[in-house]
Amino acid sequence: MFRPLHQLVPLTIIFAIAVTAFVVGRMYLVPETFGEYGHYRADAVGEVASQEIAYAGYQVCYDCHDDIYDEKMESNHSGVSCEVCHGPAAAHTEAPDEVTPDIPHGRSDCVLCHGYNPSRPSGFPQILPELHNTGKPCMVCHNPHAPVLDHAPTECSACHRKISSQKMVSHHALLECSQCHTVAEGHRTNPASVRADKPESKDVCGSCHDKGAESSRGIPRVDVETHNARYLCWDCHYPHQPEVVR
Amino acid sequence: MKNNKPQMNRREFIDTVSRKVPTWLAFVSAFGAGELILAKDSDYNPEDHDYAMGIEIHNCIGCGRCADACKNENKVPREHSYFRTWVERYVIPPEGEAIVDSPNGGIDGFPKLKEGTEILRSFFVPKLCNHCAEAPCVQVCPVGATFTSRDGVVLVDESYCVGCRYCIQACPYGARYLHPETHTADKCTFCYHRITKGLLPACVEVCPTGARIFGEKGRRSSPLRRFLRFNDITVLKPGLNTQPKVYYAGADMEVR
Amino acid sequence: MTHTLLAALTSLANPMAPSGYIYPNEFELHWSLLIIVYPYLTGLVAGAFILASLERVFNVKALQPVYRLSLLTALAFMIIAPLPLLAHLGHPERCLEMFLTPHVASAMAMFGFVYAWYLSVVLLLEIWFDYRKDIVNWGNEKKGFMKYVYKALTLGATDISKKSLAFDEKIGRAITIIGIPSAFLLHGYVGFIFGSIKANPWWSSVLIPIVFIFSAIVSGIALMLIIYMVTSMFRWKHIDMKCLNKLAELLLYAMIIDFGLEFLDFIHRLYESEESIHILAEMISSRLFISLIISQILLGSLVPMVALVVARFGKFPSEMKRILYFIAALLVQVGIFSTRWNVVIGGQLFSKSLRGLTVYKVDLFGLEGVFMSILLLLAPLGVLYVLTKVLPPWDDTDPGAAQIQK
Repeated sequence: MFRPLHQLVPLTIIFAIAVTAFVVGRMYLVPETFGEYGHYRADAVGEVASQEIAYAGYQVCYDCHDDIYDEKMESNHSGVSCEVCHGPAAAHTEAPDEVTPDIPHGRSDCVLCHGYNPSRPSGFPQILPELHNTGKPCMVCHNPHAPVLDHAPTECSACHRKISSQKMVSHHALLECSQCHTVAEGHRTNPASVRADKPESKDVCGSCHDKGAESSRGIPRVDVETHNARYLCWDCHYPHQPEVVR
Repeated sequence: MKNNKPQMNRREFIDTVSRKVPTWLAFVSAFGAGELILAKDSDYNPEDHDYAMGIEIHNCIGCGRCADACKNENKVPREHSYFRTWVERYVIPPEGEAIVDSPNGGIDGFPKLKEGTEILRSFFVPKLCNHCAEAPCVQVCPVGATFTSRDGVVLVDESYCVGCRYCIQACPYGARYLHPETHTADKCTFCYHRITKGLLPACVEVCPTGARIFGEKGRRSSPLRRFLRFNDITVLKPGLNTQPKVYYAGADMEVR
Repeated sequence: MTHTLLAALTSLANPMAPSGYIYPNEFELHWSLLIIVYPYLTGLVAGAFILASLERVFNVKALQPVYRLSLLTALAFMIIAPLPLLAHLGHPERCLEMFLTPHVASAMAMFGFVYAWYLSVVLLLEIWFDYRKDIVNWGNEKKGFMKYVYKALTLGATDISKKSLAFDEKIGRAITIIGIPSAFLLHGYVGFIFGSIKANPWWSSVLIPIVFIFSAIVSGIALMLIIYMVTSMFRWKHIDMKCLNKLAELLLYAMIIDFGLEFLDFIHRLYESEESIHILAEMISSRLFISLIISQILLGSLVPMVALVVARFGKFPSEMKRILYFIAALLVQVGIFSTRWNVVIGGQLFSKSLRGLTVYKVDLFGLEGVFMSILLLLAPLGVLYVLTKVLPPWDDTDPGAAQIQK
């Protein structure tokens, strides 16, 4: 006798068992907080938030290092957080004596920001590390917590880099700047209002280059009186690279 | 923001306390501290926050401290192919294709350009997860292991991710990677563990030039609000309608 | 499998250094050989099933000799298909989450359900209804252990009266009718996983699911052609040329549609010429030249199409036709595998910054290596062998299939 449900009965039973197993299994296996706020495990948020902190934040540093903090806040580095240079210091705030943060001494850290790179925004202070006081640690001259020098640089080349690099390769390489320029004391600390003086007469050049001057034999001589008398020397010779004649 | 100088430093505080407060009271307050912190935590209501980040490209000097700090803070593998944030250098010559690079994410600085490279304009662009409001990674995650939290941060549930990497494929910004140790997807969390405690993300904390501005869009007092108010803002790949929450000021047309 | 090695060699022949700029997280390719194997296998499932349904629903009587074989082939490949996916997961032990908390917005989340639907509701049911009469008979005839296997397989439904069998026939037909859209769903859905990724201009296309469906049909028919010829050879049976011609014909038509669609996709991209066109063009000409132009288009599509036309409509002895069909079908497999390769790998070779290309290095060993892939590609054939032993698809009492005279 044909029973139309004959084949379907066992299939239905199997199907029902599978669906029940799925539904029941789901009840047990889905994490408890899943779906509380959305299609995710709500507990995961707390787990992410419980991650350990490595950078303490500059405010914490103030608690103990208020002197340095205050100094820095007045300087051009006021926006540079302590841990930029000293590295992550949360561990130090927990155990100040056991864990001490880095104190970078060399040049490599400063150069990361201040090394010349044409892609950096113009106006950002940059140096050419291979020319700028090569080999000297930055901290010899600059206090990282107040990096702009409060005393005059001892070398003229610190500011007059272009002139010094030209002079360096010229016949005048061995001349001190003071050979021709008298530098007033105020110029070093206040260069814009107190200017260094420049030679005004041909005698300054003549003291070496005049035919009668008492100087080494190799120096080129002219009769300063008659040599293109209508012009001053530096109208044609650039004193920092004098061999160029216009 | 950095002018919010604390009222009293720790030395002064201890000084004052030791003079004015009986010792026994200090003990009691010390035992109560744990509870205090918990109470503060449970005060945190994610619904009140709406985190986002601004990037001022003209301020970025390409020092790579952000990428470095991120790796320190989040224990991102040091290898050169895992980054939660990185810095790209764009060099646009007068003619021809822009040259872009990001050696080790910018952590070790950028090498000198090839001799004779002509530069029309050049700049650095920090990149990170955009925490999109319409995040493709959240959309495609088959199991709900990556999601947008109630405070608007896209997070990954490390103990639920199956590691299928569909989210990595779906992210238009290359912000995700498969963590080689956990074998799960990983990416920037805006330093969720920091911001929920009132700290700045590590990259923002260490940015020396204020090129990264972190805050909340909905808060009038937020520095981000000011950033959004006074700049011409773009987002990355706006055509994909992912609605990023990392906003760029001064982004060049070549940035993508 | 020759095509795995071929494809592996393809990438080895390519320039080995990334070029241009790629995002730092993009150096590693996230989906590799296993994810190529997966759509290749499901494509064969869908294709084989659609071929079987042609006989059943559309009454293409010439295909009768491969009907049951196609169903078993589909089942064999279906059983293996999820394995490459599972092996590729970072946490295979968490795979059940796809069923427990499927994210409805995710194209991939529906995998479990599409798979379960297709395997249990379509394939297993259709096979069961089709074989029920034989299972009951075998349960009565066989001896020993197998007797009980067959008894169990009847699920207690042992009524094989005429009316009951007519009911089987009716249900089977209904399942096939549901099965055709399901087969389209199965593979179109795999295509959708790729096609819906808007971040990836190589994948993001509405045509991808449709191209996947037709390439699935192509690969399925070609596979049945190969399996039918090989099994007939090993069983010392005559090959039914009417069936073989029909298969070749259908293969040709499917290939024309498939090739047409892919060409449309190509022309459309070229004509729209979006932002991504330069990097994609560079990728095709440098990284994908061998696997796309040579392996997929030339060897995998044009050559077999010509061979099929010549063999089907030319005047050759059937020996010659058979050889041509066989070669064409093998080339089609190479071509379809390359198609999967080009979709999966191609989509990851260029940076989403659209400024550079990365490199895919094929591993030989390990979970994602060549040997694992070969194993996974061969495994369905092993399963098929077992299935044909348990459920022989051949009706050797058929007078049409006479023993070859030795």
